[in-house]
Amino acid sequence: MSPLSRKAAIAGIGATEFSKASGRSELQLSVEAVRAALADCGLGVEDVDGLTTFTMDTSSEIALARELGIKELRFFSRINYGGGAACATVQQAAMAVTTGVADVVVCYRGFNERSESRFGQFSLAAATQVNTNGLDNAWTYPMGLGTPAATVAMQARRYMHEYGATSADFGAVAVADRRHAATNPHAFFYEKPITLEDHQASRMIVDPLHLLDCCQESDGAVALVVTSVERARDLRQRPAVVAAAAQGSGADQYVMTSYYRDDIGIPEMGVVGRELWRQSMLAPDHMPMAILYDHFTPYVLMQLEELGFCGRGEAKDFIADGAIELGGRLPLNTHGGQLGEAYIHGMNGIAEAVRQLRGTSVNQVPDVPHVLVTAGTGVPTSGLILSA
Amino acid sequence: MTVRPMVNRDSQFFWDGTRAGELRIQRCNACGARRFPPGPACQSCDAYDRGYDVAAGTGTVFSYVVHRHPPVPGKELPIVIALIDLDEGVRMVGEVVDVSDEEIEIGMPLRVDFNRIDDELTLPVWRRAEEMP
Repeated sequence: MSPLSRKAAIAGIGATEFSKASGRSELQLSVEAVRAALADCGLGVEDVDGLTTFTMDTSSEIALARELGIKELRFFSRINYGGGAACATVQQAAMAVTTGVADVVVCYRGFNERSESRFGQFSLAAATQVNTNGLDNAWTYPMGLGTPAATVAMQARRYMHEYGATSADFGAVAVADRRHAATNPHAFFYEKPITLEDHQASRMIVDPLHLLDCCQESDGAVALVVTSVERARDLRQRPAVVAAAAQGSGADQYVMTSYYRDDIGIPEMGVVGRELWRQSMLAPDHMPMAILYDHFTPYVLMQLEELGFCGRGEAKDFIADGAIELGGRLPLNTHGGQLGEAYIHGMNGIAEAVRQLRGTSVNQVPDVPHVLVTAGTGVPTSGLILSA
Repeated sequence: MTVRPMVNRDSQFFWDGTRAGELRIQRCNACGARRFPPGPACQSCDAYDRGYDVAAGTGTVFSYVVHRHPPVPGKELPIVIALIDLDEGVRMVGEVVDVSDEEIEIGMPLRVDFNRIDDELTLPVWRRAEEMP
């Protein structure tokens, strides 16, 4: 048994509304989400002694502590590589709690990535950052490759060529997400399901990706309260136990542009998957559902393969005939995913996994003992297995 | 406005090369291993002693995209961008300038050309490979 496994739990979840124009600062969004998460589990700000977030977050741990009225922090940390940080914030919190470095750690992510600095645009800031990531981007951005959609499209085109997947196969992911979002009142696309025909008819953004292969830029914040399993059991909600928490980076790794490997793809997610199965002593067959990071549809297929749900190139068959929709063999992203609910850098997916384990999802899957959650794809990434 | 590359001591030779009309590929002086993108320590033998080869400038399309939205600074859309396997055994990203979005395909042979932006910066670009005379 891994010394990290089943020692910490997500006790509380909180979020702001998800919108395209929050009308508040990014810092205020995070403050609101943390307060909501604490209220959810019945803890107060005086209980919090650790904060962790994404390197990309514009609100520092100390700024958040000031606004919340947290007097002293014993643990604070940041994880790099965009959305790849999502599940790793929970790993940080679980490690801190398990080692006694902190007692209650809140993971947070808040941004106005639609109404302020837009994530879907060509990022001059990414191209000019003074560090090795900026140097890496010198081989793509000046050549015109500099939006998230474009970097994913390059992977998707090769994947289609190698394994015979089609745009319609990618569309099945969008259809599933939008079906789930259609019954989630918190989702952007509440009551707005799509058909595969809608997907195929949507305009091309970066061939082979259509508009409906891409998530939407979103404003909002999510926070997760992590503490020991023992303490969580005395709180208001049923704990979501951290059965496994892993990070992964692969050989010759880059951020979004790991193009120089013989076989491109996302082996970093394979690193995460092997570690999750090892720590938890569980296997893909034990998962009645999963939350797979879906900022763009093709990576959902590639993740199913890297995580061991099917063989290489077999995901297009695995997801056919509604298999990843509610009632199917492996429902994915029951909140609507980042394509349907909102793109909060993967943190809203972790919150949905917690709801599924509590039995409170609007799209509840019957009898959920475990949920696999993954973080950003195409980047150094992370994952969790949460258990009831 | 063209997006300018960040450059450091490890990559300066590449951009000096494009300015001189050469596509330079880092080669380890100890073991001869080539690599792209460049870096300070050989991935095969750990040596720091490195030089470069001037690539023949030919390769084939490994993957590609047609970028239509959103705007890209300094470019008129759509643009075709490819991941190109060079004959020297390395792979790089480049804009393909004389092949339409209908014609581009995996396996297509390309040849490098150089797009002089200003005195400081020349970008490699790729064109359809012509038959050798």
